[in-house]
Amino acid sequence: MTAPAYNFAYLDEQTKRMIRRAILKAIAIPGYQVPFASREMPMPYGWGTGGVQVTASILGPDDTLKVIDQGSDDTTNAVSIRKFFTKTANVRTTTATIEATVIQTRHRVPETPLSEEQVLVYQVPIPEPLRFLEPRETETRRMHALSEYGLMHVKLYEDIARHGHIATAYAYPVQVDDRYVMDPSPIPKFDNPKLDDCPALQLFGAGREKRIYAIPPYTRVVSLDFEDHPFEAYRHDAACELCGASDSFLDEVITDDDGNRMFVCSDTDYCEQRRALGHGPYNAAPADPQGSSHTGASPTEPA
Amino acid sequence: MYVAVKGGERAIENAHALLADVRRGDRAVPELTLDQIGHQLALGVDRVMCEGSLYDRELAALAIKQARGDLIEAIFLLRAYRTTLPRFGASVPIETGDMDIRRRVSATFKDLPGGQVLGPTFDYTHRLLDHTLAEGGDVPEPATAPGDDTKFRSVAELLAGSGLIENNSPAAEDVGDLTREPLSFPAGRDLRLQNLARGDEGFLLALAYSTQRGYGRNHPFAGEIRYGEVEIEFFAEDAGFAVPLGAIAVTECQMVNQFTGNADQPPRFTRGYGLSFGQSERKAMAMALVDRALRAAELGEETGAPAQDAEFVLSHSDNVQATGFVEHLKLPHYVDFQAELGLLRKLQAEFFARGTQADAESQMTALQDAAE
Repeated sequence: MTAPAYNFAYLDEQTKRMIRRAILKAIAIPGYQVPFASREMPMPYGWGTGGVQVTASILGPDDTLKVIDQGSDDTTNAVSIRKFFTKTANVRTTTATIEATVIQTRHRVPETPLSEEQVLVYQVPIPEPLRFLEPRETETRRMHALSEYGLMHVKLYEDIARHGHIATAYAYPVQVDDRYVMDPSPIPKFDNPKLDDCPALQLFGAGREKRIYAIPPYTRVVSLDFEDHPFEAYRHDAACELCGASDSFLDEVITDDDGNRMFVCSDTDYCEQRRALGHGPYNAAPADPQGSSHTGASPTEPA
Repeated sequence: MYVAVKGGERAIENAHALLADVRRGDRAVPELTLDQIGHQLALGVDRVMCEGSLYDRELAALAIKQARGDLIEAIFLLRAYRTTLPRFGASVPIETGDMDIRRRVSATFKDLPGGQVLGPTFDYTHRLLDHTLAEGGDVPEPATAPGDDTKFRSVAELLAGSGLIENNSPAAEDVGDLTREPLSFPAGRDLRLQNLARGDEGFLLALAYSTQRGYGRNHPFAGEIRYGEVEIEFFAEDAGFAVPLGAIAVTECQMVNQFTGNADQPPRFTRGYGLSFGQSERKAMAMALVDRALRAAELGEETGAPAQDAEFVLSHSDNVQATGFVEHLKLPHYVDFQAELGLLRKLQAEFFARGTQADAESQMTALQDAAE
């Protein structure tokens, strides 16, 4: 019982071939969930096994890998996954978004715009956008096949009727290439506009649910909405207290027992790059009391 | 001043070093050996092999040791190892009729060829804590009797001869493997049985129990439960014949269930089938009950109970999947939570604005007090 020697990036080549086939099919049918024979990975289901299998299948020795969780490179699970690939594939890793060729992410899209040279791999817990409306896979597959998305629109309509707003703050459903309704994974809806017309290839891996789907570069991705209730990308009405960014998604951090809090960039690389360029905190309180909605969410600041 | 949290990597390393320390525990206490686990915690090893779907006592014992006795964690370790192994193909179907019997009981016939063989069982023990075990000591050798060549034919086979029970449907040419192809619905019985064999014992036990309490009742009799070793053979293309690979211990349960018949079929008994590695009777019996429950639609019976819903049962039976997803809630979710918090604040603000001004103000204050 000696330690077994693993293949490059852990998965055997047969498995990689099977996953690559699924990825190619996913790219050919944007937004369609391709079933694949997901393997048991040495980390638990629900902790990124889908993303890890996709990354393992596309990674080459010349790649530079970045792994983020909640926008940060230093959250424990991101550290763990990065270490996994350092160990099994010995690839270069980075925390800088612009240096990475493959970025595996959980729950965020980097603030820095992506390029054609990059692939963004999302970890997906529940790939089926209709799952909480219809628990049966047999039913939801039929609904996708027939483009029968009325139920989703009714749900969004009922939200508006009840709350005055669409009560979905993350994992906000999108329609890809005017065909499949897709779950963008639990990213905040602030990130949704970044999926649209993105130069980078976006791959989504759901290990436990055994599904892979994709958004090819420069594909139209529309967040579902109504003419009189257009989609709005929410962000906290504040600026980052470390770098002063007013265009990034913010984490709220509780700083003491009295409930005082501060806001900082969720994307730690973006925040660090800005501070390196000399940006600092704003001292003034945020000006716009209502201004919590940004529809054009792409950051324009240099990274 | 808040400083961005760094040092996740060191924290992880330290946590793992601490885990290794507490796993070993007090160094003055002798360390467990794999032999001790394999022999004295044999039923735990059986369960780990069964749900880990890898028959290897030594690796299963190692997994239990590494997992500090957490069997689901041990199952996970074994599965993660198993998935890296090459798959040569499927064995020739095992012949449980040729089993080297350690135990065989039937609840449907008082006596039958081969007889009732109790074997090693907890059944009929009085569950009184045995304080003499705490100290250890000599255990007398068990009684033995000379064996004979009686073949222990299966009870279902005996019934089939008289046409009282359905025939097993012929074996599929290509048996499915849900570790190589994603499960899709409707799933054939081969895949259902594979799923149940790998499924969590507790989950299957609860589902089986629910059928006995009326949620999908199927009138079961324990036709037979047998435990012992069977030869396992692999058909080698090169050699042109089946090569013996060795023997494995399995528990098999054949449930005999009432069936009233319908327009096409005469009334007769039907079967539910359970098979597990090692001696795992609870698992094999639960599996047989759930297998039969999942056949309700095929037999034209009323459906609707949880145990009869294949998509529900098969999608939630795997404890490695279940534990991963339940426990993933430990991972940071602050991005989603922040997004939700923003929405909630907006909805609350509107809610209070709708009330009278005074009410709204007092409620707001109360809420802020609570939040701070």
